[in-house]
Amino acid sequence: MILQVDNPVVEVHDLTVSYDRKPVLWGIDLTLPAGALVGVIGPNGAGKSTLIKAMMNLLPVSSGYVRIFDQPLKQVYSRISYVPQRESVDWDFPASVFDVVLMGRYGQLGLFKRPRKADKDAAMEALEKVGMQSFANRQISQLSGGQQQRVFLARALAQNADVYFMDEPFAGVDIATETAIIQLLRLMRDQGKTVIVVHHDLQSASEYFDWVVLLNMRLVASGPTEQVLNQELLEQTYGGKLTVLSKVGDLLRKQEFPAREKN
Amino acid sequence: MQDFLEFFSFTDANIRYVTLGSVLLAASSAVVGCFTLLRKRALVGDAVAHAVLPGVCLAFILSGTKNPFILLIGAFVTGWISLVVIDYITSRSRIKEDTAIGLVLSVFFGIGILLLTSIQQTGNAAQSGLDKFLFGSAASLIGGDLIAFGVVAVLLLVAVVLFYKELTLLCFDQAYARTIGFPVRSLELLLTTLTVFAVVVGIQAVGVVLMAAMLITPAAAARFWTENLKVMLVLAALIGAFSGIAGAYVSYTAPSMPTGPWIVLIVSMIAILSFALAPGRGWVARILRQRRNKTRILEENLLKLLYQLGELRQDYGNARSLEELLERRNIPKKEALGGLQKLKRQGYLRKEDSRWLLTPEGENRGRRVVRLHRLWELYLTQYLNLASDHVHEDAETIEHIITPELEQRLIEELNYPDLDPHSARIP
Repeated sequence: MILQVDNPVVEVHDLTVSYDRKPVLWGIDLTLPAGALVGVIGPNGAGKSTLIKAMMNLLPVSSGYVRIFDQPLKQVYSRISYVPQRESVDWDFPASVFDVVLMGRYGQLGLFKRPRKADKDAAMEALEKVGMQSFANRQISQLSGGQQQRVFLARALAQNADVYFMDEPFAGVDIATETAIIQLLRLMRDQGKTVIVVHHDLQSASEYFDWVVLLNMRLVASGPTEQVLNQELLEQTYGGKLTVLSKVGDLLRKQEFPAREKN
Repeated sequence: MQDFLEFFSFTDANIRYVTLGSVLLAASSAVVGCFTLLRKRALVGDAVAHAVLPGVCLAFILSGTKNPFILLIGAFVTGWISLVVIDYITSRSRIKEDTAIGLVLSVFFGIGILLLTSIQQTGNAAQSGLDKFLFGSAASLIGGDLIAFGVVAVLLLVAVVLFYKELTLLCFDQAYARTIGFPVRSLELLLTTLTVFAVVVGIQAVGVVLMAAMLITPAAAARFWTENLKVMLVLAALIGAFSGIAGAYVSYTAPSMPTGPWIVLIVSMIAILSFALAPGRGWVARILRQRRNKTRILEENLLKLLYQLGELRQDYGNARSLEELLERRNIPKKEALGGLQKLKRQGYLRKEDSRWLLTPEGENRGRRVVRLHRLWELYLTQYLNLASDHVHEDAETIEHIITPELEQRLIEELNYPDLDPHSARIP
């Protein structure tokens, strides 16, 4: 059950991504509608984060392309925002909460320019939205996991983008933070933004998202939550790896074979 | 002493130049080093520093002069190649980065030494002084050399100021920088180039062997004192500048001494002192904190003891002897006595002919400790399902660190309890 939409916000076409020549995502064909809160769901090692990273052009792809608002990523940097996994940075970096949120304005500023007063206002406003304004001057090394996640979210909000890509924003955060984040995401969706979230918890998925992408090395399903989250599709997603698929992947790596002939 | 005054009066123009040069070089490499450190590429700096030597020698062989610009270009080229090779090996083979760095460092440095030795054996008169590049000689930083190195150093500082925002983001979150459209590859290239330049200008004063220390140590030392990147950059520059002056002084008063090792010793001393003395992160601060904790535990235990005795016999107003206290709890006698004296000075105890008595304030504090102990025991049995005979040890520690806010939360969550798991009343 893979539903393609007209005028998609995100279009992924025949995307294959390999690590060390072994494909971890096979031929993903995916379109996502505007103004949806999308959950990308699958077991560990299914390639959820890989998909998001490939969409953000952070990984080399073996084949295929990604278009956002029907344009290549390079043309739409100002309309997208990425929230990396919390653990991807060293939180012992000498910076304050406010410094990090202000980074959300760097894209608009461009090179060389110093943040203006308006940028600082925007950063402060973003901090207020995640309920962290009183932490503005706190050192980031002193934050709890949930607070770190809120800071990353505030940085993304400060960008004022139209599409948000979030890598596991609910991983390892407290209940209060999770509730606050999901409320914020719903608010963003209601304002017409598209929010794509990598999520690991199947329990809360049906409640959180209105569009679900099921992934396990290949695209299992993509569509409205109530149509996708059913027994059969979940079994396909979580029912173990496709052994032949991963064996072929191993072969490609061992033989140093390209994933596409013309590479 | 005479030397000292002569040097630091800066009347001699040469001394002024040498000092100015050393300060500029050391400060600029320290500032660039901050970013190298934060990007966790400290070892790469060391590899570049060593890889610069063959470049210097080749430039000399090809040009036959010691023109600083030509030597700089030679140094820059091989420094750069070494980085490219490290990147290539890491991305194209199974060899990990640390191994690649080790390989490149030793191979390039080996070639450098080979070239240097063969130059020295040719008996070319112009070559004298080339070996200064090994361990550095700040005193030779005069004339054309100073101008050449000084200009590069100033350019480095300007580049860091100009690209402050971009370099910071690159070091903190590279992936994010790419998604907002920053030219990350070019910025990486920029930082690499700055690192190579910082090494190249520093080698005249410090020498290739120890240049990495000049790049990294001031940054590492500065990191201990601050959580603010701008302050860290300034501090690192100051630490670098100070060691630069010290190196220039040594080089001036004892020309046969190599400058590099001296500068490195001084900057390392600063780093060690920072490690020991820095507030919060430092080693002394940690020891003090532990000692404070220990006295607090001792004092609170004594107050608790006196309170418990009062509770047991229902006579809070009676004084107890030291022996009575120690009977109930095993505290070294001397320690206990010291603690009691201190509590008396603080007004928590009174002493009546060598027996001890709680003041109302002392009774309050003692009661609070007992309360926290029993609350925590109750919490453990209720929320962690621990057996009631397993909770005492844990509560012995926790009773000393619970804050008033947490205490309130505990009481609320336990629904204003009266008794602890051992059926003792919670006061």
